[in-house]
Amino acid sequence: MDRQVSSSPAATGLHRGAHLDSLFRGATRVFAALVFAIVIGILISLIIGAYPAFQKFGFGFFTSTEWNPVTEQFGALVAIFGTLVTSTIALIIAVPVSFGIAMFTTQLAPVWLKRPIATAVELLAAIPSIIYGIWGLFVFAPLFADHVQPWVTDHLGNWPLVGALFQGPPMGIGMFTASLILAIMIIPFIAAVMRDVFEVVPASLTESAYALGSTTWEVVWNIILPYTKAGVVGGIMLGLGRALGETMAVTFVIGNAHNISASLFMPGNTIASTLANEFTEATGTIYPSSLIAIGLILFLITFVVLALAKLLLMRLTAREGTRS
Amino acid sequence: MVNLYRRRVFINYFNLTVSVLTTLFGLFWLVWLLWTLLANGLQWIHWDLFTKTTPPPGSDGGLINAIVGSGIMTVLGVAIGAPVGVMAATYLSEFGRASKLAPVVRFVNDILLSAPSIIIGVFVFELIVVNMGHFSGWAGAVALALIVIPVVVRTTEDMLRLVPDTLREAAAALGAPQWKVIVHVVYRAARAGILTGVMLAIARISGETAPLLFTALNNQFWSTDMNQPMANLPYVIFQFAMSPYDDWHHLAWAGALLITFSILLLNILARVVLRERKTSR
Repeated sequence: MDRQVSSSPAATGLHRGAHLDSLFRGATRVFAALVFAIVIGILISLIIGAYPAFQKFGFGFFTSTEWNPVTEQFGALVAIFGTLVTSTIALIIAVPVSFGIAMFTTQLAPVWLKRPIATAVELLAAIPSIIYGIWGLFVFAPLFADHVQPWVTDHLGNWPLVGALFQGPPMGIGMFTASLILAIMIIPFIAAVMRDVFEVVPASLTESAYALGSTTWEVVWNIILPYTKAGVVGGIMLGLGRALGETMAVTFVIGNAHNISASLFMPGNTIASTLANEFTEATGTIYPSSLIAIGLILFLITFVVLALAKLLLMRLTAREGTRS
Repeated sequence: MVNLYRRRVFINYFNLTVSVLTTLFGLFWLVWLLWTLLANGLQWIHWDLFTKTTPPPGSDGGLINAIVGSGIMTVLGVAIGAPVGVMAATYLSEFGRASKLAPVVRFVNDILLSAPSIIIGVFVFELIVVNMGHFSGWAGAVALALIVIPVVVRTTEDMLRLVPDTLREAAAALGAPQWKVIVHVVYRAARAGILTGVMLAIARISGETAPLLFTALNNQFWSTDMNQPMANLPYVIFQFAMSPYDDWHHLAWAGALLITFSILLLNILARVVLRERKTSR
């Protein structure tokens, strides 16, 4: 094709070149639009699929804890509750740890150690979620049930207010185990974003602070963190987005029970785990439609969280542009 | 004064120690996970895994149908997803710099990149499985392709943007039409980076389970028919690990070991490819 073009008279060659140019340009444009179309397509197909359920249950779908395939009564509250609670606890564990890791890799580690540590933490993100699941179910849960849970229930279970969180039979699986595994899975994402934004802080700022006699911690807490606030929050939101939609690991260890319980040691479920467990077995119209409806809720929640994350991260980049 | 100074130094050392401890905390889980896989999986890795199909409970077997099924769907997923991703990224980086479409696509792509993969499964179920009337290997491959696209768009665009504009201008000054500039100059300069993105996408989809649950499902028998349900390693691991049978558990651990170490190898390889290119320049 190329050769033909160059061997033909120059005018035709130029003409052909221009023609191919617009063709190529048009093709890339179509594929770019396709990416947009996929997301819109996902949204539309979920809305169509969820319509029968919303039509039947109305707004009550969001507030009902009922989930009964036999009588075809469905409500999303239990799954939404489980999703939000596990993700929140995962964040409470993951954020300080990620901050520590980011601080270590940007400020403390000797140069030769930085890359291996950063790579190792990122490999944690590469391990498939199903591996976390079987590890959680077969290795972590039994150990947790035998050695940690009884002690925690005995010592913290009687405390006022928080005691109720730690009661229940030591089964190993449950909301807390799911949250902890989610935390381990999102640490690499949050730590990577924090590390990246910590590195955009101008050296002149940190060096000035050191020159005034600040300790390393004071530089991180009073200079780096305020400067990168938007980016750090963006990274946390990114981690939250991941945690909300994580499926396989949670399905293995959460216990899959349709009830809301005050104790973190009791089984529960999340939107994603309910979908994974029940979607292929759902028959009739309302049952699959209700599952798609909670899928739509999950998609909308993650959409909002991720969009916020993206906006915050963009704000930091924009500021970096004006300052430098 | 001295007190204040001591307090600051103490807080500093305390927090630095905590920082080191959190790093160890992160690495601790990685080591524990990998150790678990080796301890439980290594003893069950033998030749039968690669020659026999998945067994009914209580008899001997291997994972060959699942390994081949995963392989086929991964290859097709990348074959569909990678070109789409590279083309879309080309638009974002080369043609769409001043357009209104580009920022929107970039934004939406980042959402798709982190969107729950189980939602992708539900979408492909509605789109393909419902219309075909049954689960199929094609549906699985399409679901995986939808996960490949955002990864490739993101990495490719980043890599194309690293190619200096002077290269593009030099090629254009020699009279090359824009498509030639892009295909022969820009792609070539960014080749290692694009390849890295594709490798990372392969690593990402070869462990994905959630989108395959409702699309490819599983197949107990040897099958390379894309129109039929297709066996795949992640689903087999899920099904076997959740089962009450010991010999199924053993196969699940062996499969988990295979899949994890291939993915880690791919990840490390991708980093090496990228780094070699960076240092050679």
